[in-house]
Amino acid sequence: MAIRVQADAFDPGAEVNAMHAANAGVGAVVSFVGYVRDFNDGRDVSGMFLEHYPGMTEKALAKIGVEAGQRWPLLKLEVLHRIGALEPGEPIVFVAAASAHRQAAFDACAFVMDYLKTRAPFWKKENTPDGPRWVEGRSSDHAAAERWK
Amino acid sequence: MSINVLFFARYAEAVGFDSLEMEGDFATVDAVRLALASDPEFAVLNESSLMCARNEQLCDLNEPVQAGDEIAFFPPVTGG
Repeated sequence: MAIRVQADAFDPGAEVNAMHAANAGVGAVVSFVGYVRDFNDGRDVSGMFLEHYPGMTEKALAKIGVEAGQRWPLLKLEVLHRIGALEPGEPIVFVAAASAHRQAAFDACAFVMDYLKTRAPFWKKENTPDGPRWVEGRSSDHAAAERWK
Repeated sequence: MSINVLFFARYAEAVGFDSLEMEGDFATVDAVRLALASDPEFAVLNESSLMCARNEQLCDLNEPVQAGDEIAFFPPVTGG
């Protein structure tokens, strides 16, 4: 399992390729990439800042990854999350799960994203024409996480 | 006992700083929260959607507190 919290940009394609590079037992890789949008809740967004809780962030992501590994037969799991300043169009988050067969990879990837959305200590602050504003948590994210209980 | 309290994101902006050392006897995380929230400056801690962590792990408000703990209060997370 690889957990990375970084300010630097990353290449999602290269990350996907690395998921099976050293393991011919991998039959399925499912990945998710989240991007910064240029519009949210009725306002243009010209960029955002991602605050986090150094120390807890890595632990929270690792805990989610361990739980995914206990639920599904994974061969590899990667979670990569950006922090700091980001512009529209940039990738924010990358989650990929590798397994022998597809269903475990599909489910683990969705599970990690749903748990990350509700349990990992990140906060987005968007730049809009009206000034910066904190993004509000969504109840739909909690409903999505509930389905794994 | 002494504990360290952290605030993040909108909460840090609302209270005006991101950490605070507290002295006193606190049985639970909620006791820490209530001790602060009696001051209007910390009114944000009364929000029902408040989240908290003890020693870098998400916890409930009734989580016990020990000397030296790091307690964090923050709004709902919005990563991903």
